Amino acid sequence: MLDKNGIAKRIAQEVKDGYYVNLGIGIPTLVANFVRDDISVEFQSENGVLGMGPFPFEGEEDADIINAGKQTITTLPGASFFDSATSFSMIRGKHVDLTILGAMEVAENGDIANWKIPGKMVKGMGGAMDLVSSAEDIIVAMMHTNRDGESKLLKKCTLPLTGVKCVKKIVTNLAVLEVGPEGFILLERAPGISVEEIKQATEGTLIVSGEIPEMKVD
Amino acid sequence: MIRKTVSDVKEALAGVKDGMTFMLGGFGLCGIPEKAIEELVRLGIKDITCISNNAGVDDFGLGLLLQKRQIKKMISSYVGENDEFERQMLSGELEVELTPQGTLAEKCRAAQGGVPAFFTPAGYGTEVAKGKETREFNGKMYVLEEVFKADYSFVKAWKGDEAGNLIFKGTARNFNPCMCGAAKITVAEVEELLPAGSLDPNQIHVPGIFVQRIFQGKGYEKRIEQRTVRKRG
Repeated sequence: MLDKNGIAKRIAQEVKDGYYVNLGIGIPTLVANFVRDDISVEFQSENGVLGMGPFPFEGEEDADIINAGKQTITTLPGASFFDSATSFSMIRGKHVDLTILGAMEVAENGDIANWKIPGKMVKGMGGAMDLVSSAEDIIVAMMHTNRDGESKLLKKCTLPLTGVKCVKKIVTNLAVLEVGPEGFILLERAPGISVEEIKQATEGTLIVSGEIPEMKVD
Repeated sequence: MIRKTVSDVKEALAGVKDGMTFMLGGFGLCGIPEKAIEELVRLGIKDITCISNNAGVDDFGLGLLLQKRQIKKMISSYVGENDEFERQMLSGELEVELTPQGTLAEKCRAAQGGVPAFFTPAGYGTEVAKGKETREFNGKMYVLEEVFKADYSFVKAWKGDEAGNLIFKGTARNFNPCMCGAAKITVAEVEELLPAGSLDPNQIHVPGIFVQRIFQGKGYEKRIEQRTVRKRG
């Protein structure tokens, strides 16, 4: 089974040379730590920065330079700042190649829910609805089940939707899956996890064809 | 040169009244119009509608107006990190309209540019699209969103000049430029107010035509919400 860093490491393999990438809050933020250093990638944060770098050294924090998680950050050579409308022109205009975000639920048709639990949690969607409605490529990073052990990969989402038929790939602590026309296609197993265990943890339709390889993360 | 300078925040906010709608720049606590918010608290005006990406924290930013129950309605994309906000929302004291962040930005930018509405894919198939016209373009579905109508925009810039030209710093830019000229009156507060001619016209982010009043604020707190650092070596 993978931990959060393991999920981030596996997703980092999906980031290709020349990609502009938007990372959501949580596990997706960790992906930046594991991208190969022999490829050129720029990270976009929707509050208005392209070319995000690591956290600043202690004492060098600048209140005017943050990411969408409101964390202090630095910029790398080639970086740029811009306003929110321009930022979402990059997103809706499909200039950002890959969006990696978290989810509370994903349905087998690619629907995603991640912004509201009626009666419990209403923090808002932030930029998630704009991101999922426009991105060419969306990878969801999440645990396969919730805290109560219930599957987060469902036939149909139960929570209010963030977007419809938009998720392409999901990387969980148990597996890598693709959203196909008939349901979740199992592509890879996490180290030490059996196909049977993944079936048990998946409420939606799981399509298993042939030998399922174990994912390579080191 | 058309002068936009006013002497202080009091003069800058002249005319604000109960029940008005305000746009306020900022993302989290980054780039918020600190001085305008302080003055709104001091004036004690009530029943205001605030269009702002976030709602501040309990004791800073728009949280200060929430504490005094001056806000009737918030239009935002993300409102976490504020307990008083959550309490007022759950008890029904505060009306909340959650809007996708890109839609929020475009509703400002389009208002600035005289565009009454636009189609966006954001929110299609979700509760955000309820009651709104949808239409297909090139095989994809879009939602019709109408732009904001506001009485005042309160924005914060790094540098400005007497003509109302503005330059922002870092990610403190965020919603501020989109809100300039998007309301009937735009009030800009700046850390440094310079004589006309001091700023390079090539470097201006917002031309002064979008700004009606400009003043220099003093003693910006610029609070950091999430101080994240790494160790040296």
